Amino acid sequence: MDRFRMIFQYFQSNSESVMNGICGLLALASVKMYTCFDFSCPCLPWYNMAYGLGIMFVPPIALFLCGLILNRQSLVMLEEWRRPQGCRKKDLAVIRYMCSSIMQRAMIAPVIWIIVTLLDGKCLICAFSSSVDPEKFVGFANASLVQVQQLLAKVPCKDDELMRNNTSRKAVSKYLRCWSQALGWSILLILIVAAFLACWLRPCFNQATLLQARHWSNYIDIEQKIFEETCCEHSRLFAHKCILHFFESMRQEMKLHSFSLPREGEGAEGEENLLRDITNKDQVNKLLKMWYYEKPPLNVSQATQRHPLGRDQCTQYKFSQHTGV
Amino acid sequence: MDKFRMIFQFLQSNQESFMNGICGIMALASAQMYSAFDFNCPCLPHYNLAYGLGILLVPPFILFLLGFVLNNNVSMLAEEWRRPQGQRGKDPAVLRYMFCSMAQRAMIAPAVWVSVTLLDGKCITCAFCTSVPVETLGNTSHPGLSQGEMKRVLARIPCKEIYNGQELIANEVAVRYLRCISQALGWCFVLLMTTLAFLVRSLRPCFTQAAFLKSRYWSHYIDIERKLFDETCAEHARSFAKVCIQQFFEGMSTDLASAHCHPPRKAPADVGEAAEKLLGITDQGTMNTALKSWHRCKPPLHLHPPALPSGNGWAGEEQPPTHPPVPRREMAAYYSRV
Repeated sequence: MDRFRMIFQYFQSNSESVMNGICGLLALASVKMYTCFDFSCPCLPWYNMAYGLGIMFVPPIALFLCGLILNRQSLVMLEEWRRPQGCRKKDLAVIRYMCSSIMQRAMIAPVIWIIVTLLDGKCLICAFSSSVDPEKFVGFANASLVQVQQLLAKVPCKDDELMRNNTSRKAVSKYLRCWSQALGWSILLILIVAAFLACWLRPCFNQATLLQARHWSNYIDIEQKIFEETCCEHSRLFAHKCILHFFESMRQEMKLHSFSLPREGEGAEGEENLLRDITNKDQVNKLLKMWYYEKPPLNVSQATQRHPLGRDQCTQYKFSQHTGV
Repeated sequence: MDKFRMIFQFLQSNQESFMNGICGIMALASAQMYSAFDFNCPCLPHYNLAYGLGILLVPPFILFLLGFVLNNNVSMLAEEWRRPQGQRGKDPAVLRYMFCSMAQRAMIAPAVWVSVTLLDGKCITCAFCTSVPVETLGNTSHPGLSQGEMKRVLARIPCKEIYNGQELIANEVAVRYLRCISQALGWCFVLLMTTLAFLVRSLRPCFTQAAFLKSRYWSHYIDIERKLFDETCAEHARSFAKVCIQQFFEGMSTDLASAHCHPPRKAPADVGEAAEKLLGITDQGTMNTALKSWHRCKPPLHLHPPALPSGNGWAGEEQPPTHPPVPRREMAAYYSRV
């Protein structure tokens, strides 16, 4: 029991930190993915906008979904939400609390992607280079509309033959990058201020409800983990008993068929019991064959003999006998 | 048993994380394999498509199969599927659960390969360079080429050194176009996979939670039962071997004693532990005969009942007279097998 208590304390204190760790890893992964990704603007009039905005918004959605999938608590919350009421009432405040904490954690990696994208600037330059006002820039002011569109679309591609020595290209590029970085820093500032206000103002509203919700969401999480642990322990004990019963029933069958010598069987332990009646090659082969061809029924109640019981009979096995507490 | 219990608990509680670790390693291995792979587009009209699509689709299939091979639960699934029904019914829900969880894990490395391939762009560029829309991207003023000639020129797009169609369509323009398409496909694929994974994980608690708990419990049970059975058989084999060898030595010593007409070995007053362990073989000749006999004529896999350890052999004091003839018959039997 002591060992269990230590393990449970560990889980309780570290459930939050495990989630925070996963969140941090996902944020780092998103930055790494962005730097590894080879951004390559198509430099064609309509494709630019689709590509630029796609790169800015599609990976964050994928990262958000990843954040939800990797978070164990989202499953716990869904189960709690969808379970039948039964004998235990459902508390919507707890479910809301769990939902909001899951969403907050899942939003971090997408937000980081968007901010890194904006601060880098390539996406916005690619997406909006066709939308700048050509009058502002010397090199593009005197061309026809179609030509201007084509030229502006090629601004993100430095190595294109038309753009290689074009000074206006740099002007457009810097202009768009400036907007992009301003947007990026503004979003970062707004988010940090919002987080700051949320942290500071939260204790002013409904602190007691919050404490209760947090406690019960922790409780549900731990209860789920303990249930799984107990099921594992139970299945191990069940298997152990089942195998011992199998060997016992095999032994009784062998006794009927083998020559009966007076046995000095006293004080027999489990091992020697196993050995004493299964003592030659044919018997061992028969035992192994029976294990494959006729696995024993899943019933370890005392009066078990070899009668055909299916899996449903396991429900009559009393759980309380084996909690071992 | 306590030690075994702790180890089993650890393995059981961590089996999921162990399998997740293997998945993660395979995903990283597939990304590394792709970057180490030296992609070499053939730059010929029909070969391009075959090569590009082959590199895109064949390694994922191999990785998928590898994912099954590396999963040590596959043999468990096969065993449970093929065993005769016997006294224990078979539950198809458990088999489905086991197969689904294995398939999900095996799908991760192929999905990573396909995503990395599409996001990199070389495969799609190689496979579809002959389908680039020359009318919109290329020079319309260029004199027309025949279909075959145009395809041959376009097929060389991925190979910049030998590309000779710069007047027809600029190499960079075509490569950028194809790469943009490839990356868009790649991100859409990533989004699709994550959406599918999310739906699979989140719809399950909404619909089939009770059945899921049942299947999960019984699949764990089958795994543990198999491991415990192997453990028990190993323990049994150990005891069996120990007694068999002990009986062999005892049989040897008494047999040689009777063959050489030695007087029956007197049991010393105080049988020390070392003397007991010698099992009656106390000289070089006897030992050599024992070793030779072990090699030439191993004892049968049949333990006789009065076996269990007294160490003195049956030439001891209080054996009832009916016993000695039985072992001797056995020994005669095994000698005659030579």
